[in-house]
Amino acid sequence: MSTRAYRLWRTAAEIAVPIAIVVGWQLWAASAHSVKFPRPTTIAVEFRKLWLFADFDKHVVPSLERIGLGFSIAVVLGVALGVPLGLFPWARRAAMPHIEVWRAMPPPALLPISIVLLHSIGNTQKVAFIAFFCLFPVLLNTIDGVRGVDRTLLETARSYGISGFARIRHVVLPAASPQIFAGMRTSMALAVITMVLSEYFSSTNGVGYVLLISKNTFQLGPMWAAIVLIGLLGYLANAAFVLVERRVLAWHRGWRATAA
Amino acid sequence: MTELLEIKRVAKTYGAGPKATQALRDISFTITAGEFVCVVGPSGCGKTTLLKCVAGLLRPSGGEVVLRGRLVTEPPDEMALVFQEYGRSLFPWTNVRNNVLLPLRHKRLPAAKRKELVEDAIAAVGLTPFIDHYPWQLSGGMQQRVAIARALAYQPSILLMDEPFASVDAQTRADLEDLVLRVREQYSITILFVTHDIDESVYLSDRIVVLTHTPTVVKDVLAVELPSPRDQIATKELPEFTHLRAHVYRLIRREQQPAEQVLA
Repeated sequence: MSTRAYRLWRTAAEIAVPIAIVVGWQLWAASAHSVKFPRPTTIAVEFRKLWLFADFDKHVVPSLERIGLGFSIAVVLGVALGVPLGLFPWARRAAMPHIEVWRAMPPPALLPISIVLLHSIGNTQKVAFIAFFCLFPVLLNTIDGVRGVDRTLLETARSYGISGFARIRHVVLPAASPQIFAGMRTSMALAVITMVLSEYFSSTNGVGYVLLISKNTFQLGPMWAAIVLIGLLGYLANAAFVLVERRVLAWHRGWRATAA
Repeated sequence: MTELLEIKRVAKTYGAGPKATQALRDISFTITAGEFVCVVGPSGCGKTTLLKCVAGLLRPSGGEVVLRGRLVTEPPDEMALVFQEYGRSLFPWTNVRNNVLLPLRHKRLPAAKRKELVEDAIAAVGLTPFIDHYPWQLSGGMQQRVAIARALAYQPSILLMDEPFASVDAQTRADLEDLVLRVREQYSITILFVTHDIDESVYLSDRIVVLTHTPTVVKDVLAVELPSPRDQIATKELPEFTHLRAHVYRLIRREQQPAEQVLA
């Protein structure tokens, strides 16, 4: 098979499989008349009613804001803490046990305490909650990436008097960036999960809130519509991320290809 | 004649206690401004260790390195170092221009002067058409030329080179040797060049420092009195070249086979 034909085949599979699943579901749901599994067409109608565009401002925008803010805070903090922890063994010794304990914590376990501590079920609590759990993948990957910077590269920097902040900015961070990005990608998925969770638990708006209300009122259609939206959000967030990563880490793919 | 670099009784021991290994026992020699000095020795004799001590990257366990009367404790601004592993010493995330420019950032220079230094150095190694390429898009020999350009733009008074051509093919190696001789004239630079290749040391240098195996001391220092400019064919045909090369070979072979010497 030529590369062109292969690529065509691959793209076709990417589109055809989801379509087949939806069509299969539709056919099955039409004959089964299940309350729990409405027809995809019903969900689509609900989806349009709910999200396009009646409640977009009311529920989707707040959710997106929370994800964006929480994720951004996590990335900034994760890199800012990860660089010194990667550079100084004594700092790692002091911090690693704490990091290991907190990162093993399941998000729902910390939801109540986050509300108590922050005296709020508003945006601050939700953003803090999302940021907290998104922090760990970025932090741990930054530490690893910084520790893994090639010795020769560091000796080169040192022999040319590149030190202090310049060394971090121009040598350590770029060298660690592939791993930092890997951590960010994991965090991105976590951001969606923790967003839904925090809104599901206590909220007055957001996608997670809609999910909760539809469940409580036995409205299966809107509930499925919310699930579909969450799936789409995750998919689009990842796609956007890959797009950015491809640009920023273009050198890394080229370099790895020649090194292999 | 002024002594640019003095290496005085440098010793380096790794580790401590019963597991300590002495890499360098006692090494002394000096380099005059403008000289090209090669250091050769049997493999594993601590050539790289010596060079790192000279460069200020490693603290010697004993003795001292003095550059223009000043003790070297950290890498001095007047030195530039070219590593053997060009693939690991160039910054893969940025192009040739920025690779050469980065070390100049902390030197207080006007931007125009910096740009000029970078472009001149890249021109000197013949890479002007590749200035916007990433290092990994270039061949091994070209990558090492980028590393040389980076060292030249830094305007050191002494250039340290650690087996810089050990991982390129023979033809590229000959080209790079001639390139180094050329830029040495152009930049009137002093060079300390570590190699395990005896032909290379004789061909390039004004003086050869021959080392013993570990724990290393200086075995001999030989003056190379070959006419300049050197030429890959004509110079290597000279009886003096052949003679000197054979002499260095004997010195090093005696070092490499101490056990067989005893048996014979």
